[in-house]
Amino acid sequence: MLSDVELRVRALETVLVQKGYVDPAALDVLIETYETRVGPHNGARVVAKAWSDPAYRDWLLKDATAAIASLGYTGRQGEHMVAVANTPETHNMVVCTLCSCYPWPVLGLPPVWYKSAPYRSRAVMDPRGVLKDFGVTLPPEKQIKVWDSTAEIRYLVLPERPAGTEGWSEEKLATLVTRDSMIGTGLPKQPAEVAA
Amino acid sequence: MNGAADMGGMMGFGPVKPEPEDGPKFHAPWESRALAITLAMGATGQWNIDMSRSARESLPPPQYLAKSYYEIWLAGLEKLMAERGLVSADEIEAGRMLHPPKPLPRILKAGDVPAVLAKGSPTQREAPAPARFGIGDRVRAKNMHPTGHTRLPRYVRGHVGTVELVHGAHVFADAHAAGQGEQPQWLYTVRFKGTELWGESTDPTLWVSVDAWESYLEPAA
Repeated sequence: MLSDVELRVRALETVLVQKGYVDPAALDVLIETYETRVGPHNGARVVAKAWSDPAYRDWLLKDATAAIASLGYTGRQGEHMVAVANTPETHNMVVCTLCSCYPWPVLGLPPVWYKSAPYRSRAVMDPRGVLKDFGVTLPPEKQIKVWDSTAEIRYLVLPERPAGTEGWSEEKLATLVTRDSMIGTGLPKQPAEVAA
Repeated sequence: MNGAADMGGMMGFGPVKPEPEDGPKFHAPWESRALAITLAMGATGQWNIDMSRSARESLPPPQYLAKSYYEIWLAGLEKLMAERGLVSADEIEAGRMLHPPKPLPRILKAGDVPAVLAKGSPTQREAPAPARFGIGDRVRAKNMHPTGHTRLPRYVRGHVGTVELVHGAHVFADAHAAGQGEQPQWLYTVRFKGTELWGESTDPTLWVSVDAWESYLEPAA
């Protein structure tokens, strides 16, 4: 049995197609794009390159929009990018308290929790409590910088490169980079966590 | 407006529920359809992204808080279309067209989707005047409560922070949402100390920044 909202979306889509406002084939392409093509694997490639290539890292931190575009990731909800680097002293976390602003070209569509009231309400007040919900505890003296995306600037966290990855290829490094580590609600995987 | 969307610092919503990265992108097939029709209708150019945000956040708070995020998108979309006479409530109830369509100059075609997404909608514009503030300047977020769309969250209003980044001039969301054109203004990232926002009992290691247009800010001593 279809729920009320399912029925309503179907009705709406039918009306829009009958009126010629939307091309049904375009809807399929849009869904396919965000279901399969655009996702955190894009951002992982950016991070892995920054970990491997100091000149790229500098470029990313100075002009993230251009550095990210050089890998082919541009456009909607990533028009103006800023990359913020985690360091031994500072951890960064990104939120949009007002809606669901998120860097689509590098991370895909936001997960449900990112758009949810618990995250949007608490990230700016109690980020350590939020991190606990993700099973992450940071040293108490570490500074936490929370970036509330209130305009059209989109933020990507550049996590710290895990120890024990010397000599790894970019492809292998990318397997350590998680979506949550690029939002700041998680940390990269450790070398032991990825299959050899 | 001081609506339910402005959530920073609210309490009582419970823990965040993480989801695995390799889980489903959509939690029901209708969510993907809702996303797609929202993007496709946005591409017709009958409204801008700030009008979309305004339509969503002006839902009455009990409705906003009870809906899932794609349900909020749908409600916003229905509102934008009804206001412009594109689709009316009786048609959604009936599940078919009851009134003739309005001519739309732009329809998103399947073949154009990749190029339209790759282009996006950059908001940076030529600066209309020199920047009033520079990196390191102390600024106060104004105590203001506009009834229309604004992107200055309540939790920073009246508080003093430091300009951390200067982004150039960008389309001013408040004006753009109101149909008053782009009216570009300088945009800044302003960093606040956690204790300034939330009081002395707050974690002393916390810093929070927002992106604020120039007219949201005033010099602080």
